[in-house]
Amino acid sequence: MTRVIGSRLFSTLLVLFGVSLIVFLLLQMVPGDPAVTILGSGATADAVAALRTQLGLDRSLPVQFFDYLGGLLHGDLGRSLTVNAPVTDIMVPRFANTLILTGAALVLCIVVAIPLGVIAAHKQYSIFDRASMMITLAGASVPVYWFGLLLIGIFAITLGWLPTSGMYNPRFPGGGGDLLAHLVLPAIAAALVPLAVIARMTRSVMIDILQQDYIRTLRASGLSTSSVLWRHALRNALPPIVNIIGLQVGYLLGGVVFVEVVFGWPGLGQQLYTSITQRDIPVVQAGVLFIALAFVIINLFADVAVGLLDPRTRRKAGQ
Amino acid sequence: MSAVAEAVDAGRSLFRTHRARAAGPANADTETPKPQWRLAVRAFSRDKIAVASLIVLLLIALAAIFAPLLTPYSPTAGDPVDRLAGVGTDGHFLGLDGQGRDIWTRLLYGGRNSLTVAVVPVLVVFPLALMIGLFAGFQRSRAGETLMRVLDVLFAFPLVLLAIALSAVLGAGLGNVMLAIGITLIPYMARVAYTATVQESSKDYVEAARAYGANPVLLMFRELMPNVIVQLLVYATTLCGLMIVVASGLSFLGVGVIPPTPDWGIMTADGKNVLLEGIYHVATIPGLLILVVSLAFNLIGDGVRDALDPRKQTS
Repeated sequence: MTRVIGSRLFSTLLVLFGVSLIVFLLLQMVPGDPAVTILGSGATADAVAALRTQLGLDRSLPVQFFDYLGGLLHGDLGRSLTVNAPVTDIMVPRFANTLILTGAALVLCIVVAIPLGVIAAHKQYSIFDRASMMITLAGASVPVYWFGLLLIGIFAITLGWLPTSGMYNPRFPGGGGDLLAHLVLPAIAAALVPLAVIARMTRSVMIDILQQDYIRTLRASGLSTSSVLWRHALRNALPPIVNIIGLQVGYLLGGVVFVEVVFGWPGLGQQLYTSITQRDIPVVQAGVLFIALAFVIINLFADVAVGLLDPRTRRKAGQ
Repeated sequence: MSAVAEAVDAGRSLFRTHRARAAGPANADTETPKPQWRLAVRAFSRDKIAVASLIVLLLIALAAIFAPLLTPYSPTAGDPVDRLAGVGTDGHFLGLDGQGRDIWTRLLYGGRNSLTVAVVPVLVVFPLALMIGLFAGFQRSRAGETLMRVLDVLFAFPLVLLAIALSAVLGAGLGNVMLAIGITLIPYMARVAYTATVQESSKDYVEAARAYGANPVLLMFRELMPNVIVQLLVYATTLCGLMIVVASGLSFLGVGVIPPTPDWGIMTADGKNVLLEGIYHVATIPGLLILVVSLAFNLIGDGVRDALDPRKQTS
């Protein structure tokens, strides 16, 4: 197992190298000279040249990249073009807020989707199965930003149960309860699409497993339905489900940009949105890098979890 | 007929008799291209949900194309007097937005942009991804494998995020959004074409044709490519459903189509501002349309997949 994790760690490092290269190249794709952007079009040629030297833009691309990479390893992501602060200082607290939101959404996904899929598979072709599969099919196609607005309209404005936006009450910022009240709607909005996909996946994997011989044997030997379903069948369905959850985290992390904008959640996504409108590219780069980093690391965990759950993949990968 | 083509045909007929013996006469013909298409079309036409989705989608596309015939109003010029009038207003049955523009009109004209931005990148990347997949999957050369590895790195970025980041650096505008979405799609579609090619290459008819010394280029384009295209087509249909959500989302964030050009995502964003005043129709109607189109693409994709599955085709 340690060898599997080791080789997986190595390939993750390679991917992270590639990720930082792509994020670096994003800046190069921006039309125009960054020095001119910072100084404005009225700047003298001397001032532009001086700033280019100061920013290191006069050096060759590979040199610039390794300089950028070296900065990354020291936690230095450059300075924001609009706020006089290092990008890291802006992004780290926001990243924490994003993790709270996506973490809550992920828990919601798992807690709802897996039981839903298992029960739908168990009662295949029942009304419950058909209804839940119809809803999840529609749910998988829902535009997150629209669904978020719908939730605000219904639960925050019409019913007035929950706050419309933000993370804490601006006048009376409370503790956990306040955070929780602000978290409910955005977490539901972010969870919807991945939840629908995971539930459908769980159902189809469980249907395959429930048809296998060993399940019939277990049933014939007198095990209770719930024991067969939740202990034995689900146990074997977990590896592919964990895989799909890992991939759906990608959708969660991408969709969180919309959710944060709609709900005014002070996370990476909202910062990304603000910085895009201000064309503050170093901050955009950092936001993209953080999200990709989180995605890669979560999938590393998912792979390790699959290895722990399913000895067969362990052997295959170890050879 | 050239010797090469004969060899390929020999390989295929060898495979067919092999399959016929294994699977019985009912499935014997599904491997030849023409009857398979006909069977698939018949299976699809029997799938009521998929056909209904296709009709809905065609109607929406036609409505967008013939927008000027379906509405007397302009999509960009509004009448501030009636601004924010609700659904059922005289002469404006879907109401008016914050600038007094007719929502029905903006939906029609907006459909042109929203559908174009979602579908065109998929269509453009399709042949490119097909070539990458065939090239890397059939010969399994070092160059091809390296290319796939490089594309794999792009999977580290969530799809939506990559599209947002690319649009952000390229700048807003119809062309740039399509470029951003197109670049985002390349690794996904190429991966599907690659996997399909690798699977197809290991089948008996390809092995047999290779053993007969068939020209590999002809084998790839004439025998493998149709089967890979079919699998990529199913994926592309589903992708269109996702892309309508993503493309409108980019406009919603302000990195897509530039206002006042109508677009369903921009319309939803317009509605966001008046939502807090308790006016819901401006945001909810365009978003609902995005959902309907996305769902229709997904259902058609499901229908095409089922129709191509020989186990679900009944003659």
